[in-house]
Amino acid sequence: MKSAVIVFPGSNCDRDLADAITKVTGIAPTLVWHAETSLPDRLDFIGIPGGFSYGDYLRSGAMAARSPVMQAVVQAAGEGRAVLGVCNGFQVLTETGLLPGALMRNAGLNFVCRDVRLEVANSQSIFTSRYATGETVTIPVAHHDGNYFADAETLARLEGEGRVAFRYAESVNGSAHDIAGILNDAGNVLGMMPHPERLIEDAQGGTDGRRMFEAVQAALG
Amino acid sequence: MAAPMKATVTVTLKNGVLDPQGRAIESALKGLGFDGVGDVRAGKIIELELADGTSRETVEAMARQLLANTVIENFRIEMP
Repeated sequence: MKSAVIVFPGSNCDRDLADAITKVTGIAPTLVWHAETSLPDRLDFIGIPGGFSYGDYLRSGAMAARSPVMQAVVQAAGEGRAVLGVCNGFQVLTETGLLPGALMRNAGLNFVCRDVRLEVANSQSIFTSRYATGETVTIPVAHHDGNYFADAETLARLEGEGRVAFRYAESVNGSAHDIAGILNDAGNVLGMMPHPERLIEDAQGGTDGRRMFEAVQAALG
Repeated sequence: MAAPMKATVTVTLKNGVLDPQGRAIESALKGLGFDGVGDVRAGKIIELELADGTSRETVEAMARQLLANTVIENFRIEMP
């Protein structure tokens, strides 16, 4: 599986994500700087990491979404390459329009940084096939702007099309429908606030995140 | 030399979008003893210096493409 991780100024989970991909697939991703205008050839998988790209200026993910490399990512997503955005990466994906809705300031205003229980809402995707629908997993979150918002019509469409991948199984940030992660309509783009890359091996306190990368590798080879 | 042309873009959350920051400000004002404060909404103001002759349509395009996220925000443009 040939992969890349995008690095913006202010990304701080890029190495964690690259490390997770390397540990699970055995092949290190290419780290691609935000100013690049193209991606490596024949990529299978692109990771958009967590962090505070461009200092969260204007809105979380707003500046990163307009950076040169993201045009190439949008094009790659349109060609069907798998794209995973974690935390700030999810915010970037909504700002580019690859995923609907927006991530707003947490309802309680606090930065939430802890393990949270998630319900797997759809295990029929390339990212979630190693989980069972309805299963509860525990994955950490660390964010200030994770409060998912979309209009009623968009929420109904996401629910109707099975595009909610993960839901919080406890109160976290005020997200509409407790949404923690969503898929695009083609199913090749997943954005989620929790950090699966932080739970790859037992030394990290669990392996609930590892299965996501195993699923992607199984699907993409 | 004439002062450069300026535009002011005011970005606010749409009605119906929960504004936790506005809520916190509201509650703090009440805590300070200010009675009669209803709903509080926080937004942002972006001031742009522009080349003379820049059209309102251009500023609108700036607002749509970057300054506001129209999923959750409205914008208002003031310019000469």
